[in-house]
Amino acid sequence: MKQLNFIDKIKKIKIDIRAYTLIFALIVIWLLFGSLTGGVFLSSRNFSNLLRQMTIISFLAIGMTPVIITGNIDLSVGSMTGFISVIAAYLQAILLPTFLPGLFPALSVELLGIFSTIITIIICLLLGLLIGMGQGYIIAYGGVPAFIVTLGGMLILRGGLLAVAQGKTIVPIEDSLRVMAQGYLTKYPGIIIAVIAIIILFLVTLQSRTKKTQYGLKIKPLSYDLVVTSLFSAIVLGFVLVMNSYRGVQIPVLIMAIIAVMVTYLTNNTRFGRHIYAVGGNKEATKLSGINVQAVVLKTYALMGLLCGVSGIILTGYVAAGTTSGGMNYELSAIGGCVMGGTSLMGGIGTVFGALMGTLLMTSIENGMSVMNMSVFWQYIVKGLILVLAVYVDVTSRKNKSL
Amino acid sequence: MKDEYILRIENVTKDFPGIRALSNVSFKIKKGDIHGLCGENGAGKSTLVKILAGVYPNNTYQGKIYFNEKELKFTSYSIEEAIKEGIATVYQEPVLVPQMTVGENIFLGREPGDKGIINWSKLFSDTKEILNKYKLSVPFFAKLSTLSVGQQQMVEIAKALSQEIKFLILDEPTSALTEAEVNYLMEMLKNLKDNGVTCIYISHRLEEFFRITDNITILRDGQVVNTVKTTDTSVEKVITMMVGREMKKRFPVRDSKPGEKILEVKNLSVSAQNKMVIKDVLFDLRKGEILGIAGLMGSGRTELVTAIFGEYGKHVTGEIFLEGKPVTIRSARDAIKYGISLVPEDRKKMGLVLIQEVYKNISLPNLRKFSNALSIDKYKELKECQKYADDLSIKTPSLFTITESLSGGNQQKVVIAKWLMSNPKILILDDPTRGIDVGTKYEIYNLINKLAKNGVGIIMISSELEEVLGMSDRIMVMREGECTGILDRKDATQERIMALATNLKRSYRYN
Repeated sequence: MKQLNFIDKIKKIKIDIRAYTLIFALIVIWLLFGSLTGGVFLSSRNFSNLLRQMTIISFLAIGMTPVIITGNIDLSVGSMTGFISVIAAYLQAILLPTFLPGLFPALSVELLGIFSTIITIIICLLLGLLIGMGQGYIIAYGGVPAFIVTLGGMLILRGGLLAVAQGKTIVPIEDSLRVMAQGYLTKYPGIIIAVIAIIILFLVTLQSRTKKTQYGLKIKPLSYDLVVTSLFSAIVLGFVLVMNSYRGVQIPVLIMAIIAVMVTYLTNNTRFGRHIYAVGGNKEATKLSGINVQAVVLKTYALMGLLCGVSGIILTGYVAAGTTSGGMNYELSAIGGCVMGGTSLMGGIGTVFGALMGTLLMTSIENGMSVMNMSVFWQYIVKGLILVLAVYVDVTSRKNKSL
Repeated sequence: MKDEYILRIENVTKDFPGIRALSNVSFKIKKGDIHGLCGENGAGKSTLVKILAGVYPNNTYQGKIYFNEKELKFTSYSIEEAIKEGIATVYQEPVLVPQMTVGENIFLGREPGDKGIINWSKLFSDTKEILNKYKLSVPFFAKLSTLSVGQQQMVEIAKALSQEIKFLILDEPTSALTEAEVNYLMEMLKNLKDNGVTCIYISHRLEEFFRITDNITILRDGQVVNTVKTTDTSVEKVITMMVGREMKKRFPVRDSKPGEKILEVKNLSVSAQNKMVIKDVLFDLRKGEILGIAGLMGSGRTELVTAIFGEYGKHVTGEIFLEGKPVTIRSARDAIKYGISLVPEDRKKMGLVLIQEVYKNISLPNLRKFSNALSIDKYKELKECQKYADDLSIKTPSLFTITESLSGGNQQKVVIAKWLMSNPKILILDDPTRGIDVGTKYEIYNLINKLAKNGVGIIMISSELEEVLGMSDRIMVMREGECTGILDRKDATQERIMALATNLKRSYRYN
C-alpha cells in the first residue's frame, strides 16, 4: 500500500502542476507584454483596464462552466447578453421615462433614476433567467441537442435585439446604472472590503480545522494553513492596493469577484454542484443513483441565463447605450476562456477559477496587443492560435497521465 | 527441439512508477497449443498481454521475448507492429464499428479494391470464405450492432484470422458471454487449434481452462508461480497457486432464516419498443433471503430487475408490493426512496463516475445524509465514506483516488459501498462478480451473506450456475422474458436450471 501512496502523490503533484501551468503562462505573457511595451502593460492603469475588459466575458465564462461540465454547451450567450443589454437600454431610455414620472410625481429626478435602474435590473435578470430556463427545458426535457437549441437561440435573440433596437443606438442611460459598470470604490471602502475578505478567509480556514478534528480526520500543521491563508490574504490586499494606486477597485470587478466566489461555492460545496460533475462524468450512473438529471441540466441553463442578465446589464452601463452589435461573439470568448481554463468539453471536469484564469489570459493577450498597437487581425489570429495550442497542451498532458 | 515453441518469454520485468507489475516472468508456449494464463486481478496478466500485443514497446520493459525464434522488438505504442508479426489480441469488449457490417469490420483499413474504390463483391466473398473456413456462425452481411457480444467476438477473431494470424491472445473472452455462447466459443477454439492456431487464453472462470487448454501458467504478484500441464492439475490446485493459500470453499456457509415477505411482484410485464421484454413475472422475496436469478443472457433477467428499479418508467404493468403495501416505481429515484438499491450489470457504464474520486462515488446517492440545502458537510461525508471503505476493505491508496485507477474488484466494492450507505431494505445485484478474481469474489459473497443475515432481502443475478447454486436460498430461472420456474436450494441442480433456462416447455411453479 505504501508504494501506491507514492503513485498517488505523484498524480496529485501532476494535477497541481496542471492548475499552475495557466498561472505560469499568465505571468510569462504579462512579463512579455510588459517588456515589449516598456512597462506600460504592467502599469496599474492598464491593469485596471484589463480587468474591466474581462468582466463582461467573465460572467459568461462563470456561467458556462457548469453548462460545459454537464457535457452541454450554450452558443446563445453572446446574443442573449446583447439582447438583454438592448432591453435594459430600451427600459431606461424609452419605456420607463414615459410613465415613471407620471406614477411618482413627488420623486426627484435622481431618485427616479435609481428607481428606474432597480426596475431595469430586476426585469433584465428575470428575462435572462426565463430565456435560460426555456432553452434548458427544451434541452433537458425535449431531448434536442444543446448545440442546436442554443444555435437557434443565438439567431432568435440576435433577431430580437435588432427588432428592439431598430438599427439605432439607444441612449441615454441613467447614471446609477453607469456607476455599476464604470464606477470605482474609493480608497477606504476598497481596503475595508479587502479586510473583511481576509477575515472571512481566516475564519473559514479555522472552521475547517475544527471540523476536521471533530471527525478525526488528519489536519495539516497550523503553521502551514496560516502561511497559505496569509499568502491569499496578501494577494487580496496587494490587489486592492495596486488598484488604489490608480483610481480604486472597480465596481464591476467587485461584482465579478462576488459572483465567482458564489458560483465556486455552488459547484464545490452543494448537492447541486456535485450533481453537475456527476452528470458530466457519467449520466447513466448518475440517473441510476436517483438523481434527476434533467432538472440538473435545466438548472445549469437557468444559472447561465441569470448571468447573461448580469452581463447584459453591465454591458449597457459600460457602453452607456444599447447597441446593435452588443455581445457579438462573446459566446466564443466565454467558451474559449472555459476551455483554456481546463474545462473539458467532454464533460465532468472544470472549475470556475480555471475559467476565470482562462478568460484573464485571453483578455491579457487582447489587451497587450492593442497596447502595442497591433492590428485587430493579428489579435484574432493570435487568440485563435493560443486557444488551439492551450487545448493541445492540455490533451497531451492528459494522455501522458493515462499511460 | 527449440523450434517447437512458438513463443518464449525470458525474464521479463516491467515496472510502473512505484510498483513492479511483472518480475522475471519466463515461460514457453508450444506451437498449436491453447495456453491458459490465470491469476488474480493485479497479478500481471493484463500487463503481459499488453507487452505481447505491442501496447508497451520494447524499451519499456526488461527481458526478452522470442516469437518463432525471432526476438520481438516493438518500438511504438501501437498494436500494428504486433499484428504485422502475427500476434493479435481479442478483448473482452469487442473493439469494432457498430454501424458497419461484419465484412466491413473484418476488412476495415484493408478493404480489397483498386485506387481507393472498394471491390464490394470481393470483400463479401472473402468474408464468407473466412467465416466458413473456421466455421464461425455469423451472418456476414449483418450490422455489428445487431449481433450479440459473443458473435461480435467471433468477428474479432475472424478479423485476426483474415490477417494470416497464427497466434491469438484471448483476454477474458467469456466474461460477457452466456453459458451457451461459452460452449460455442470453446468448440470454435478447438477448431482453430486443429487449423494450427496457437492461443493464449485468459479467464476468471477456471473451469474453462480444464475444457480447452493444454497447459496453464499461473501468475501471482507479477511472478510466474508455475506452468503446469492441464491434465496434471485441478481447479483446487490452480486456485491454491493463484491465491497462495489453501482455499477450501468457493462459497461461504450460512444458515438462512428468511423472515416475512418484503417484496411481492405480481404479473409484472414490460414492453419496450413494441416488444414484450418481460411477460407476467410473479415472485416474492423475504427478509434475509437470497433469491438467485439464473438465465441466459437476453433471457430478460437484467430487464426484470431494472424494471423493478423503475428504469422502464411507464412501460411497466403489474403490481409491486413492498412490505404488503402496493407501490408505484417510475424511476430510480422512486426505487431508492422505497429502499431498493441496484448494483448494475455494467459497473463502468452504469455504476460509477470513473473520472471522479472514490468518496464522491460512494456518497453520490447519499448526499442528503450529510448536507442541507446550502452546503455539504464534506468532513462528515469523508468520515462516513471511510467507514464503508474500511468495512468492505476497498483497496485504494486514499478516498481521493480516481476510481478509474482501481482494479475491477475494488471498483465493484465501491459500487456496493455506495448502495450499502443508503441502508437498503432490498439489494439487487446484477452479476456482481463478473470479471472479478477469486479472492475478491469470496469477500463479496461474505458481504452478501452478512447483509442477508441483517435482514436485507437480496436478489442476485448470476451468469455462473455454480454461483447461483452456491449462494441462493431459492433460484428463479428466466427464459425469453418469462419466469420458467423457481427452485428451492435443495432441489436445484445445474441440469435442472439449464433445462429451465433453455427448454421451451413451460414448467411454471410458484408457491
